[in-house]
Amino acid sequence: MKIGVFICHCGENIGRTVDCVRVAKACSFFPNVVHSVEYKYMCSDPGQNMIKQAIKDLKLDGVVVGSCSPHMHEKTFRKAVSDAGVNPFLCEIANLREHVSWVHDDKEVATDKAIDLMRFAVEKVKRNAPLKTIQVPVTKRTLVIGGGIAGIQAALDVANAGYEVVLVEKEPSIGGHMSQLSETFPTLDCSQCILTPRMVEVYQHPKIKLMTYSEVEKVEGFIGNFKVTIRKKARFVDDTLCSGCGDCAIKCPIKKKALSEFDEKLAFRSAIYVPFPQAVPNIPVIDKEVCTYFKNGKCSMCVKVCGRNAIKFDQQDEFISEDIGAIIVATGYKLYTIDKKPEASEIKGYGEYGYGKYKDVVDGLQFERIASASGPTSGEFQRPSDGKTPKKIVFIQCVGSRDESKGFSYCSKICCMYTAKHAMLYKHKVHDGEAYVFYMDIRAGGKMYEEFVRRAIEEDGVKYIRGRVSRIYEEDGKYIVKGEDTLAGVPIQIDADMVVLATAMVAQTDAPKLAQTIGMPYDNYGFYSEVHPKLRPVESSTGGVFLAGACNSPRDIPDSVAMASAAAAKALVLFGSDMLEREPTIAFVNENLCAGCFYCKKVCAYNAIEVKQIKDKNGNVIKEVAFVNSGLCQGCGTCNATCPSKAIELIGYTDEQIYAEIAALM
Amino acid sequence: MENKTFEPKIIAFVCNWCTYTGADLAGTSRMKYEPNVRLIKLPCTGRIDPVMILKAFEKGADGVLVSGCHPGDCHYNAGNFHARRRWIMFHKLLDFVGIDENRLHFSWVSASEGKKFVDVINGFVNKVKAKGPFEKYEKINKEFVING
Amino acid sequence: MQIGYYPGCSLSGTAKEYGKSVRAIFKQLDVELADVTDWSCCGATSGHVTSHKLAMALSARNLALAEKQGLKEIFAPCAACFGRLAVTKQELKNSPALKEEIEGIIEDKLNNTIEIINIIQLFQKIGKEKIAEKKVLDLKNLKAACYYGCLLVRPFNILHFDDAEQPTSFEELVKSTGAEVVEWNYKLECCGAAHSLPRKDIVVDLSKKILDDAMKHGANVLVVACPMCHSNLDMRQKNIIKANPGQKEIPVLYLSELIGLCLGLDNKQLGINLHTIDFNIRLKKNVEEEVAK
Repeated sequence: MKIGVFICHCGENIGRTVDCVRVAKACSFFPNVVHSVEYKYMCSDPGQNMIKQAIKDLKLDGVVVGSCSPHMHEKTFRKAVSDAGVNPFLCEIANLREHVSWVHDDKEVATDKAIDLMRFAVEKVKRNAPLKTIQVPVTKRTLVIGGGIAGIQAALDVANAGYEVVLVEKEPSIGGHMSQLSETFPTLDCSQCILTPRMVEVYQHPKIKLMTYSEVEKVEGFIGNFKVTIRKKARFVDDTLCSGCGDCAIKCPIKKKALSEFDEKLAFRSAIYVPFPQAVPNIPVIDKEVCTYFKNGKCSMCVKVCGRNAIKFDQQDEFISEDIGAIIVATGYKLYTIDKKPEASEIKGYGEYGYGKYKDVVDGLQFERIASASGPTSGEFQRPSDGKTPKKIVFIQCVGSRDESKGFSYCSKICCMYTAKHAMLYKHKVHDGEAYVFYMDIRAGGKMYEEFVRRAIEEDGVKYIRGRVSRIYEEDGKYIVKGEDTLAGVPIQIDADMVVLATAMVAQTDAPKLAQTIGMPYDNYGFYSEVHPKLRPVESSTGGVFLAGACNSPRDIPDSVAMASAAAAKALVLFGSDMLEREPTIAFVNENLCAGCFYCKKVCAYNAIEVKQIKDKNGNVIKEVAFVNSGLCQGCGTCNATCPSKAIELIGYTDEQIYAEIAALM
Repeated sequence: MENKTFEPKIIAFVCNWCTYTGADLAGTSRMKYEPNVRLIKLPCTGRIDPVMILKAFEKGADGVLVSGCHPGDCHYNAGNFHARRRWIMFHKLLDFVGIDENRLHFSWVSASEGKKFVDVINGFVNKVKAKGPFEKYEKINKEFVING
Repeated sequence: MQIGYYPGCSLSGTAKEYGKSVRAIFKQLDVELADVTDWSCCGATSGHVTSHKLAMALSARNLALAEKQGLKEIFAPCAACFGRLAVTKQELKNSPALKEEIEGIIEDKLNNTIEIINIIQLFQKIGKEKIAEKKVLDLKNLKAACYYGCLLVRPFNILHFDDAEQPTSFEELVKSTGAEVVEWNYKLECCGAAHSLPRKDIVVDLSKKILDDAMKHGANVLVVACPMCHSNLDMRQKNIIKANPGQKEIPVLYLSELIGLCLGLDNKQLGINLHTIDFNIRLKKNVEEEVAK
């Protein structure tokens, strides 16, 4: 084999701490290496041409590139090699940037390590086999998980392009957090007014199969070929019969036992309920926990009033299986828990703010409900404790955000804007009211955002105080807010009628569970990880899984919508061809060695191992051996490590290759 | 040269999806760590055959590190569970084959845990440094060469 | 039960009554206080503002002495001593280099394994049941505002005791004497601490707010667990009244004194007679009436 070695300086990124010339020189002495050079930018056109030219001139049949992480440019270099007529799988990458130059300071040591990594890669490539990518068909259907604004946008975009969508929402209605909002910044247009037409469009779209009150139970398969099991939770109402008249909810005698989730626990709802009047679908669900029938069987008022016999107390959860090609995850966020420490969490909560203890200390979403025309006060500003109009409101930003000691180090991004909006909405309705905002920094990056905040300060007279609040306590019906004005350098005390906490946006509690179901990565906060923060922001590293909205990181509506459309576009790219190329690094059975123990079959997570019968001329079965279904095998290699006779091997990561790498250490 | 401090050679078997990517993150975050570890990238910790670990010691490694996705987070659903089971069995054999269990470290580092990767590397390198070079197999190797 | 005891300087000076009552009640509760022999200053205020290492060395010396005595835990009734000892233990644990240096200064080795507990934790160890068992008087006429001050539950990341912002352990304990506890707002606010001498005006201002808030919420007694707090709230109360005509008095008891009353000890045994503000007769009479029944 004739191997060419190409060392990239990556501008100065590698060159600064790795002596690339010395590495190239050292590599030239490795057995089988016939060519070894370094260059400023190997990934650039001239760089790639160097590789192609060398392949041509020297008839190379193996290439090792020492550059950035293979996760970055492996595809680039494989393509270059392939363009020059060498099988792309005869190209290996040594990670000299992320694993060497960026993490070590000592040039000598870093260069030695770089040479070692190059030796590994050279030893490996010698044993690489030329491979062909595997072609698999694509199911052109999309699963969208989450029916908030991001999920709605993604579903509509994919459906409008002509492909079928299954939209799964765990709540009884789609709409998500956006449906709870009063007005939206920076335009102050009514949230429901712009959202509900979209919700209806989803409901009526012939290409969208809407499944509310449902959750994803199981995801099997791989990109282009997922098999998804969805649990349709029992609503105890037959959705094919219900006309959405609402009589059942009106007549339900349970009125004060359950707090409305939609109204953020500021109002009650009945046991049989639709979350809000504009709910889509407008089909109620029965809350088993509070319903008298489920408690003691004594009430069946809803059954009596339902003219269409739609109430079905014996309804069970249903499991529905769907064939899916692409998954768009848009599960959104929840708010940081302020009052008490969440289970199994390091977060302490802000006991000193009295949330949960004082009724008039509310969080951002609760204030949205108070401000909303569809809310419990019909949009009148009344404080929850006594219904009086608050004359002085204090808004506190960064409750849980940017605070490592009590919450999270990240910025929740939307709070500066929605606090300005809250204060503005309040001032518009209560002209003689006073609004104070305690802030750390005002982060109003976005189109018309800074102007919006300035408007709140300059036109509406909202008073901004730079500083943190140390304590809130009640005194004579007022809430004493003690804090610091860091610009004036004085402690400050405000006797407020109401306090609004801009709490952090956090990942959904069960976000890791869904990630594990799908098999995609998530970060320490529980937000789903993208492949690359800049260049591949809407793709999960799991093929065929795309991300939209606040499940990825705190995000406002315009960003979520843009991301949703981007995720939809990614799904459509996948649907652009009928067949899909897959990495050929899968398991392969040496039938002569296989003893037919089928341990491999037992450990395979993908059911990719089949039983193959070997017959003689007369058709008698001589022995049974394992056979790998190349469409199903994902290439994890567990079978390889399990096989007692080493008959099954993972192509690209064979024992021989790995032992060669180990031996190269010496 | 005699005064030169002992710099151990350590081989790490890591999975492509979690720990390798976590190491990439440590790089993009410009975190600094000990340079003694050489990563061998595998698709999954499920691919790791205990023989590879023995082989690494035989070839002169002073320590071996195995790291993959956290339980439940495996890209291949269950590969890391198989790795963990093998580890439990293999662990009991270490003493028999004459390897101090402190020379082998098993950990979970996810793709978002650049900091943890650094801590694992530094912690393990220091541990192996304290142990000194692993010479048992070197002797066997030499004898094998002489006799065989 | 035997427990290591680090009294600290205040308990034989300005807080003599705290020391007296602590010894009296723990005897009653069958707890043997084993004094750290030859103890010295803990390194509080004047120590740690002068030199970080001086403060560390002073505390470390006491810890080393206690270790030699074979003590596993030491109880420090003064909140400042408790804080200093606990902070020193943690800092030396975090930095082996610092530990080595301090060991050089004190010319002694330190295992650094001793547990340091405050008065509330000691009562928690003894258990409310024990107090109930030895209870002679029910203090139900007392409406107590429990004052934690700043040091009893802080710094939280070192002490890991109760909740730094909404602590409740003090109240729980006081409830076991039969006294009623009031919900109030100033239980963690600063009393002015060591400003007592150089900036009396600050102490007068801050301590007044504490007294006012306690009384406003119906308290007739303030309970504290720190000599500094006590001197500001009790001794400086005269100054507060002088500066604010019409200001009402409120007695300030140490937690140990309150428990002592419940165990049937008298004012003199507990040193309550040494306070600036009398623990007034009305309350005492009520307590006595209780005995008469």
